[in-house]
Amino acid sequence: MSSVAGAQSVPARALRGPRRPSTLIVYRWELRKLASQKRTYMGLGLAALLPLIFVVSQLVRGHPPRGADSIFASEIFQSGLATPVLMLTFLAPFFLPLIATLVAGDIVATEDSNGTLKTILTRSVDRGQVFAAKAGAAMTYGLTAVYVSAAVATVAGVSAWGFHSVRTLSGTTVSAQKALLLVVAANACFLIPLLTIVCIGVLLSTITRNSAAAIVGTLGVTLILAIVQQIPGLEGLHPYLLTTQYFAWQGLLRTPTDWAPILHSLWVCALYAVPALFAGYLVFLRRDVAGG
Amino acid sequence: MSDGAQPPVKARGLVKRYKEVLAVDHIDLNVRAGDVYGFLGPNGAGKTTTLRMALGLIVPSEGTVELFGRDPLREGARALEGVAGFVEAPRFYPYLSARKNLELLAALDGDGADGRIGEVLEIVELTPRAGHRVGGFSHGMRQRLGIAAALLRRPRLLILDEPATGLDPAGMRDMRLLIRRLADDGITVLLSSHQLPEVQELCDRVAIVDSGRVVYEGALAELRRQGGAGYRLRSTDDARALEIARTAPGVEHVLASEQGVGFQADEPHVGALSLALAQAGIGILALTPELATLEDLFFRLTEQDAEAARPGLDGARPSAANGAPAHGERLVEAQ
Repeated sequence: MSSVAGAQSVPARALRGPRRPSTLIVYRWELRKLASQKRTYMGLGLAALLPLIFVVSQLVRGHPPRGADSIFASEIFQSGLATPVLMLTFLAPFFLPLIATLVAGDIVATEDSNGTLKTILTRSVDRGQVFAAKAGAAMTYGLTAVYVSAAVATVAGVSAWGFHSVRTLSGTTVSAQKALLLVVAANACFLIPLLTIVCIGVLLSTITRNSAAAIVGTLGVTLILAIVQQIPGLEGLHPYLLTTQYFAWQGLLRTPTDWAPILHSLWVCALYAVPALFAGYLVFLRRDVAGG
Repeated sequence: MSDGAQPPVKARGLVKRYKEVLAVDHIDLNVRAGDVYGFLGPNGAGKTTTLRMALGLIVPSEGTVELFGRDPLREGARALEGVAGFVEAPRFYPYLSARKNLELLAALDGDGADGRIGEVLEIVELTPRAGHRVGGFSHGMRQRLGIAAALLRRPRLLILDEPATGLDPAGMRDMRLLIRRLADDGITVLLSSHQLPEVQELCDRVAIVDSGRVVYEGALAELRRQGGAGYRLRSTDDARALEIARTAPGVEHVLASEQGVGFQADEPHVGALSLALAQAGIGILALTPELATLEDLFFRLTEQDAEAARPGLDGARPSAANGAPAHGERLVEAQ
């Protein structure tokens, strides 16, 4: 090892305070870390692949699914813009939460087990900044997965069946342009419960320090809520279950727009997300970093 | 008091409990500006836990630790201004290159650290491998990258936990030289190490911990002075010389070894022993004064501490000046 030029005289260091990095910088680096890992692209690849498989299989079959309970299932051959709506219906209950959980459950735990948490926590950023950046990156990943899926479904659907007007859940017809806006808005509404799941994943990732346990735990929570939804006699709980909120976006597809389920979804999800995120934050602030 | 006037590390009554296990037991540390401070102890003595508490990675069960007068628990990253280093092995993102890892850490440091990446890579001689993924690095290369990551922060206090572990002899020598140069540039170094010759060569003050407690803290020279002067005797008849030395007044810790007879005594008693040997017709071939090595003293302190902790003994803490035989000598005696 050669000469030491990295050292600086003490007085110069003592005189000026160092510039501390912002949380935005930490967040950007969390995204860059995600972008450097192959598994990140596996989740996004799956989000893109399923709509493609759906469109190709429908083209091969040549007619709409029989007995479909969604109005959009019978619409897919009329307009390519029905495809992203139908895909959101299919993917919302399990697949998109699964993809989001893969990163949310991993984002703290993997750094703990690899020992890199101690590396970044001995730099010039506070624990709160690191936690905020990690939660933000996990949410960004969930958002990306949703819109990658929606974009691929839209492009594939329009390529296969054209950019035409669509019938809404109320039976009225909306123009193709408005339908496209509704697709964007519906996915945005679905982000409300999805980001809530991300918050639960980040909490479990922080508490368990084990990626697998956090991912399985988060999915377990959603599955339990889904099972509760099926139990007779517990109908009174349905409006307050996270899984019920997966389809609140359908209020956008009525004429006039039904905002009630979306607003309801907002506050119900907040009841899950805010405590989960706050608990994760508190645990992260005070936890012992003994791994690695 | 300004930052500069505060001691780099001041720990008071540090305790860490893990349920029933007491990992660190009321440790006090005083690292002064400019020290190259050795932090020694057997495996499991509580060194790494103490260093983690110092860096704010672990919350102490009791006690406080301050770096330049700032408590990492209360002040967070602000308390780590001017502080760098690593505990246990330095860890990096294996899927990123060495340069990308340093770019990430520089971004988390701010203060223009990114402008020093090339410089620190040069210092640790990793420039040719800067574009390679860390996942493919050897342990020694990661250690060097750990030093580079620490130097990015332009530290006033460098905390290094076993920095030479995994390095080949040349790498260990280079690491020693680097630490020496850093110290010469005014950086205070807190060095935890199992390499006792390295500590003896580099450090001016040491703390020795055992079973979570400090059994000695102070100047290394003072520890060695307290360890007492020893002598090594080679004679025409070592067996008889051993018997005479064992019964001679004022001569203690008499032990045979392949190099002759070792003992401790002050000068008048050494003179008396010389006369007694001559009167017995034993010729003295060599009588050499020997200062206790850090290794001798380390084993005296840590192994006696273990003895004291055994059930049935009074548990009194041995002083640094007690004159138990050195580790190597005890092995010879046992044979």
